[in-house]
Amino acid sequence: MDFAFTQAQEMLRRSARDFLESNCPTAVVRELEAKGVPYSADLWRRVADMGWLGVALPEEHGGSGDIMDQMVLAEEIGRALLPSPLLTSAVTCGRLLLLAGDPSQRAALLPPLIRGQSVMSLALEEPGARSPLKHPSTTALRHGEGYLINGVKAFVPYASSADVFICAVRSEDPQGITLALVESNSPGVAVTPVKSIANFPQALVKFDNVAVGEEKVLGGAGKGRAPLVEALEWATIVQCGEMVGRGQKILEMVVDYSKSRVQFGRPIGAFQAIQHQCADLQVAVDAARLLTYRAASNLRDGLPSSQEIAMAKAAANEMSRLSTVAGHGIYAGVSYTLEHDMRLYSARNMLAEAGMGAAARHVDAIAGMMGL
Amino acid sequence: MRIRFTKEQQEFRQEVSAFLEAETPPERRTIYGEFSEEKYWFGRALARKLAGKGWLTVGWPKEYGGGGKTFIEQSILDEQIGYHRVQRVGLTGLNFAGPAIMKFGSEEQKSRFLPPIARGEVEYCQGFTEPNAGSDLASLEMQARRDGDSYVLNGSKMFTSYYAHADYIYLLARTDPHAPKHRGISLFIVEMSAPGVSTRPLPYINGEVAAQTFFDDVRAPASALVGEENRGWYHAMTTLDYERAGLERYARVRRAFDDFVDFCRGSHYDGKPLSHDPVVRRKLAILKVGYGGLGLALLEGGVDAEPRPGSQRGGVHSLSLRHTAEVEIRPRGHGDTRPTGDPHPPVRACPPPGSHRRSQQGEPAPARRGHHGDTPQHHRPAGLGTPPVAAYGLRLHPSPGDAETLGP
Repeated sequence: MDFAFTQAQEMLRRSARDFLESNCPTAVVRELEAKGVPYSADLWRRVADMGWLGVALPEEHGGSGDIMDQMVLAEEIGRALLPSPLLTSAVTCGRLLLLAGDPSQRAALLPPLIRGQSVMSLALEEPGARSPLKHPSTTALRHGEGYLINGVKAFVPYASSADVFICAVRSEDPQGITLALVESNSPGVAVTPVKSIANFPQALVKFDNVAVGEEKVLGGAGKGRAPLVEALEWATIVQCGEMVGRGQKILEMVVDYSKSRVQFGRPIGAFQAIQHQCADLQVAVDAARLLTYRAASNLRDGLPSSQEIAMAKAAANEMSRLSTVAGHGIYAGVSYTLEHDMRLYSARNMLAEAGMGAAARHVDAIAGMMGL
Repeated sequence: MRIRFTKEQQEFRQEVSAFLEAETPPERRTIYGEFSEEKYWFGRALARKLAGKGWLTVGWPKEYGGGGKTFIEQSILDEQIGYHRVQRVGLTGLNFAGPAIMKFGSEEQKSRFLPPIARGEVEYCQGFTEPNAGSDLASLEMQARRDGDSYVLNGSKMFTSYYAHADYIYLLARTDPHAPKHRGISLFIVEMSAPGVSTRPLPYINGEVAAQTFFDDVRAPASALVGEENRGWYHAMTTLDYERAGLERYARVRRAFDDFVDFCRGSHYDGKPLSHDPVVRRKLAILKVGYGGLGLALLEGGVDAEPRPGSQRGGVHSLSLRHTAEVEIRPRGHGDTRPTGDPHPPVRACPPPGSHRRSQQGEPAPARRGHHGDTPQHHRPAGLGTPPVAAYGLRLHPSPGDAETLGP
């Protein structure tokens, strides 16, 4: 039972925090938002140069193989509100390539992905489908030496920035899922951005008779479900890490504010109504953090972790909601103005709560695994 | 970062579990509200057997009669005692007085007090809370006046659990009435049989009987002082970390929860298992998440004895206190979701309100956010009871039942 990060991980945390505090203050986040730019290409390149994108990949791909390194970075990224396609591109798609890609696919796609030279995105969700992992309605029908893809994918993150989509489709086997690599500039691909809170770039992506060759199938036709689930488990726990980092930051902000804001002749932190909100948030952040670390360390070691991950996300969602309520409750009126930072945090909280499975989905999964 | 038991710890856990299962007949198990003298003395006998196997103080250093293992092994023992519903005995000696003596006591105190605790032969009670010092414990008024080779104690203590069985009371008293309140308090170990000690029983609603304990010119030898005079507050707060990190109470409540989950699986209403009711399923799953966080926080709180970067000790402790209150109270709400006239009322799986532990200051735990009055939904539309699916619609690693685990 070891609850500590290694010395190297503590150093990674310090350097990440220093870097992000200097280079990604909320002023930068606001500036990108005002310009309608999804992320800063310059920051993305520098983050990639520091090796953040491939940090949890095995050593032969230049990473440490330890997801806890990724968790350290996730907490700092969540804390700093860094806008970037890291989660979908490096974590989800990177893991999918690793799990399902053949040697030539990995050799071609992983290095540019890790260096930040190419961006990939997972085209998974579909309009109206609650659990797209069951049976995607997007199809890949045999066509000569390859396939023709037809269908619509929703909420595809960073779609407008993506060079390649990993598209989850149904091919001959109606029960299986096939993962197809589709270049975003292929004829028949149409990306329609969807306006979202927090400047989050997502899009509806339409595939209209998009031809892909046999060599673009990842991991074999109909064999995509298992790697997809595993990659999403990694992504979910990294998302939890970001949520924990952001919740911790909100906690620190409201505690500082409670000590300095004076009303009725004393700091508002002298009132129990404020103290209890801060204490409850601390409790929730700790619970989410510990459940997240447990799930991550189990996942890293190849142990069954589906239930642990669901528990972590359920706890992170509850904590995230609480941090929004406490943040706006303690800052009160001023936090509802555009010039105040709290809205930047709460909007990203909401996105993260919906991402990688809303609370109900995970709670339902936990109940199922309890045999209920 | 590696948040699970080692293989050896997991084996130890199974060994302890098998031993307690074999040694504890059903009628000797304590469920809330069913304390009895017989169960208490059964617990004392069992503690001696555990000591014989080297398990009772498995996490203590060997030089004090312990097993030389870690806090984790000690927690595993606590957890299993709680989970098997063995009446807990000797807790104050094992978890508070013992560690305080180890840390602050003289060599003479160590050799006198520690071996009997490790052998399971002695009971301690705790004298911290007073009628006028609850959450503000440091305002305590009990006097300990130095008089030659002894201290003269006057005052009274509240909520003295196990007073009738205790050989010693581990107490805080004021030795300097003029110092700032935290700096005039000292820690003592006093014999309960000393002349001038008397008690007024204070029965609890769960069948246990605590007491108000009075000290009327009680003479304690100077050697009863543990650690430095006027540093008792700080000594006691250090060892209270052990109380907060104890897994025994957690496991006792966890057992009630697990039993209640079984009850929901096995009980039918309108021909369907209660566990298929969407409201019941959701609430049980959410409770499970709460237990998960609490169990880890308790372990981290204990493991984290040395400060390290990023340590969140304070938060962890508040987490354990708050959750201990919540998880003990919340299942009541779920118990109340059963249909009226249900032939299998789950009351025995649920702690009654008020059976919660006292917080470290002896106050009833403050947080009681029970979900009473939840509306049962027994007539759910067809289709909502379909078999649950895991996150993302399927399970990659099937983990039936209580697979959420700290095992290797």
